[in-house]
Amino acid sequence: MNKITAYLASSLLAVSIFTACKQERKLPFYGERHAETVRDAAGVEKIDTVYQTIPDWSFLNQDSVVTTSKATDGKVYIADFFFTSCTTICPTMHRNLATVFSEFKLNPDVMFVSHTIDFKYDKPSVLKKYAQKLGVDGSKWLFLYGSKDSVYTLAEKNYLVAVGEDSTAKDGYIHQGYLVLIDKDRHIRGAYDGTKEEQVEQLKKDIPVLLAEYNK
Amino acid sequence: MSNGKDIYKAKCQNCHGENGEGLGQLAPPLTDSVFLKTNKNRLACFIKNGANESLMIHGKEYKEKMPAFPELADIDVAQVMVYITNSFGNKQGFVPYSQVSKHLQNCK
Repeated sequence: MNKITAYLASSLLAVSIFTACKQERKLPFYGERHAETVRDAAGVEKIDTVYQTIPDWSFLNQDSVVTTSKATDGKVYIADFFFTSCTTICPTMHRNLATVFSEFKLNPDVMFVSHTIDFKYDKPSVLKKYAQKLGVDGSKWLFLYGSKDSVYTLAEKNYLVAVGEDSTAKDGYIHQGYLVLIDKDRHIRGAYDGTKEEQVEQLKKDIPVLLAEYNK
Repeated sequence: MSNGKDIYKAKCQNCHGENGEGLGQLAPPLTDSVFLKTNKNRLACFIKNGANESLMIHGKEYKEKMPAFPELADIDVAQVMVYITNSFGNKQGFVPYSQVSKHLQNCK
C-alpha cells in the first residue's frame, strides 16, 4: 500500500514539475529597453521596464485600402520584408511562411503582415496578384505597400530587419529573411530565418507559447 | 547527377522547391513529364535565359517571368537539366553535353 502511495506521490510530483516547466517557457523580449517610473492602478509609483514597441503605421494593403496598425490590435502577428520580383530568398521565405499560415489560418488571434521593399514596382495590384498566386486570400495575411522612407525605417529601426536598394544585387534589392513575431503589445518576441525550415518549425511552436500568455 | 543537384539547390530550388513541387501559381512544378518531353529542345534555353511567356503545365497556366541565369556555363546547364529530367518522377535519361551546347546556340 505504501509503495502504491509513494508511486502515486512521485508520479504526481513528476507531472506537476513537468507542467510547471511547460508553463514557465516564456519568449524573450528583443530590441532596446529602458526603465520608466510609472504609477500603478493604486497610484503607487514603481519602476517598470519598457520594451521596444512597433510604432503606429499606415499603408495600402493588397486591395488598395488604407490599413493601419489598428488592424493588428489584439493579435499576435508575424511580419516580414520581401518583394514580388525577388528570385533569391523570398520564394523560400514565403513557401515556409505559407505553411505557418495554413497551420494558424483558423486562429483569430494570429495575423501575417508582409511589407514590400520594392516601392517602384510592387503597387497594391501587383501584391494582390502575388498573394493570389501564392494561394492566399482574405485579410488575415496583409501585403502592404508604402513609401521607401516609411517602410525602410520601420524595417531597420523598429523590426530590426536590414533592407536596402542595391544595384549590384541580382534583383536590385537586398534584405534579411527574418520572420518577426510580434505580441499583442507590439513587442518583438522572436525572429526566425524564414529560409531555414527548422527555424520556421520553431516559430510554429513559439506562437502557441506566446498566445498562452494571454490565457491567464 | 550530384553536380546537377548542387546547381539545382543553388539556382532553382528557391522557386521550384526541393522536390520540384513549384510554388503556388508563381512557379510551376517540374513534375510534368509530358511538358518536359515535348519541350526537351527548349529546356536548356529556359534554364539559361529564363522564360517570359505563358506556359501550360499540368493543365494550369503559368505566366510569371522566370529569371535568366547567364552565369551558368553550358556544362552546368547540361548537368542541371539531366538532374531535373531524371528526378521528381521524371525519367528522360542522359542528355549529351554537345546537344545541350547546340540547343544553347540556337536559343530564340
